[in-house]
Amino acid sequence: MTATLQIQNLHVSVEGDDDLILRGVDLTVKQGEIHALMGPNGSGKSTLANVLMGNPAYEVHEGAVFLNGDSVLDMEPDERSRAGLFLAFQYPVAIPGVTLANFLRHAINARLKADDPESKGIPIPKFARMMRQKMNDLHIDHSFAGRYLNEGFSGGEKKRAEVLQMAVLEPRIAVLDETDSGLDIDALRIVADGVNALTGPAMGALVITHYQRMLNYIKPDFVHVLYDGRIVESGGPELAHELEDKGYEWIREKHLAMAEA
Amino acid sequence: MAVVRRRSSLPQAPSYSIKQVEALSRDNEEPGWLRERRLEAWALYESMPMPYMEEEWRRTDYRHIRWDEAGKLITANGLDASSVPAKNLEPLTGQEQGGLLVFVDGKIVSHQLADQLARQGVVFTDLRTALRESEDLLRERFMTRAVTPADGKFAALHAALWDYGVFVHVPRNTSAELPLHVVCYNTTAGAGLGHVLVVLEENAQATMQVEYASQERAQQSAYIGATELIVGDAGNLRYVSLQDWNRETFEFSHQRGVVGRDAQLDWVNGVMGSRLTKAFIEVDTVGAGANARVSGFFFADRGQFFDLDTQQNHNAPLTNTDLLFKGAARDNARTLWQGMIKSLPKMQQIDGYQVCRNLMLSDEARMDSIPGLEIEADDVACSHAATFGTLEDEPIYYLMSRGITRPQAQLMIIEGFFDELLQRIPFERVRQRLMAEIEAKIIA
Repeated sequence: MTATLQIQNLHVSVEGDDDLILRGVDLTVKQGEIHALMGPNGSGKSTLANVLMGNPAYEVHEGAVFLNGDSVLDMEPDERSRAGLFLAFQYPVAIPGVTLANFLRHAINARLKADDPESKGIPIPKFARMMRQKMNDLHIDHSFAGRYLNEGFSGGEKKRAEVLQMAVLEPRIAVLDETDSGLDIDALRIVADGVNALTGPAMGALVITHYQRMLNYIKPDFVHVLYDGRIVESGGPELAHELEDKGYEWIREKHLAMAEA
Repeated sequence: MAVVRRRSSLPQAPSYSIKQVEALSRDNEEPGWLRERRLEAWALYESMPMPYMEEEWRRTDYRHIRWDEAGKLITANGLDASSVPAKNLEPLTGQEQGGLLVFVDGKIVSHQLADQLARQGVVFTDLRTALRESEDLLRERFMTRAVTPADGKFAALHAALWDYGVFVHVPRNTSAELPLHVVCYNTTAGAGLGHVLVVLEENAQATMQVEYASQERAQQSAYIGATELIVGDAGNLRYVSLQDWNRETFEFSHQRGVVGRDAQLDWVNGVMGSRLTKAFIEVDTVGAGANARVSGFFFADRGQFFDLDTQQNHNAPLTNTDLLFKGAARDNARTLWQGMIKSLPKMQQIDGYQVCRNLMLSDEARMDSIPGLEIEADDVACSHAATFGTLEDEPIYYLMSRGITRPQAQLMIIEGFFDELLQRIPFERVRQRLMAEIEAKIIA
């Protein structure tokens, strides 16, 4: 069955605040599709990414999110992950004392245990082989696995570690929150190659980016523009180029004109 | 703010007598000098009030100790090493012990020393045997250089009434490659007065771990202990102490490392058990180039009170001390760390560092950290810090976003907090065991 993420009329604020950041977002992402979500700073892109994953810092006021018909908003973040959702964080969190390998092994075992409470978890040799393979694919030095998660990682290392996590966990729908930010062109290419290797029939992606640059490497099927908490424009890849030419000012003017009409 | 306490609520003293001191010395056929020292210590003990109002004691309320139970001297009842949990007896590394000494209720029940170490002239034995075989060394070093009876009321009491212990001596230019392992285990309630004396001569090396544990008992116990670590010039001692007394034990201990010229002491102290622990943990650097790393971890829960009082005494120029303590508290537990870096006047080019990091796991827990400096020199690099944290939403959310359950995420973050400290223990097997014990405290 093809997994589908449906976002319906989503209204969101920061927890404990009445000012809405998202004001009615509608979007459907299917397994196998690549959607790009673009928008100016402050339009609510990262809020959408985080509320999809269940960040407790945000509060949903209205609307619904479904993954294969199951209500995502009723799930804890770990349940969302095990249901096949993934978020590549814009700002990955450092966890002192927990190595990347240990962390990922726990993440895999959490899946196995959710399916079968008697599961003993992934055998360590099998896990090690798999990690080596995925790290090779992403040009990640093997020493990475033994380092504390994101602690002292450079910006590029953090983003590659996010993509490595995605590769290991094999989600059905992945949200990439500004994974291109802070990357030089070589790192961007490696990260994009990693994402491209994973997308395809098995995975759908919502690629959130401020700049069109990322889309030179990851070819979206659909492009959406988020402005002031709503998706105001949707189209094919040509929309990204149009934005590149005309800038977000074009969206702003168009939106204001629409609002006045 | 001064705390005013009514006289009627001063702590009670245990009801020991000079007759017990004399009997102990006589029954063990101790040499005259030791008997004299016990009696001197007893006189000193008698001259001091029960500590309470002094700065280092005023936050430590131990008035709930019932000395009629806790003060009754433990006597061995014929049990052997089979009464000790297997986990405590496992070799620290490999399949065999470098050396193993096991005390049950203060009586030595097992003594092993690898041939290799014996051939090197390493002494690893109980204090009673050492008094017969190494009397001159003991006379010179026992409670004279590191912990002394004058260090406090409980140090004096210990000096008067100590009844068992360990003596380690590593000769000059000798490296004891295999680790030495000591287990002190109590099966009965009451008072234990154990002693550890480690002497490394010039350019000697050793690695050692001492474990303290006891069976759960409804009656109270007391441990009035002393640890002396004397590292000679250019010596190198790695020392691990793990305390996991039962929940009715009150520990009052004095521990001190003395580090000679160009010598190194790497000391890890773990406190997990007891109802109340008041430990003085001190290190004196006494020769230029001396280097001491003092690490501590503690985890208090369910009504436990840990008070760890550390002091880094720079008694020579060009010395380094580096102290890191990390602790957690949950339920209504309370912890206190008081640290001090001191230097004698004009001890130039000293580098002293102290930090205590606290992780508070419940609103009812209380953790205090009081760092301090008393430096009488100007060419120094001394710093101190204390941090307090709780389990934050953001890292838990991050781990959960990968499918890890909330309890597992919390566990991983707390274990991660301790990992840096546990990595300082040189035995993989022990690290794993401690991680499991920390885990048990988290999920209990």
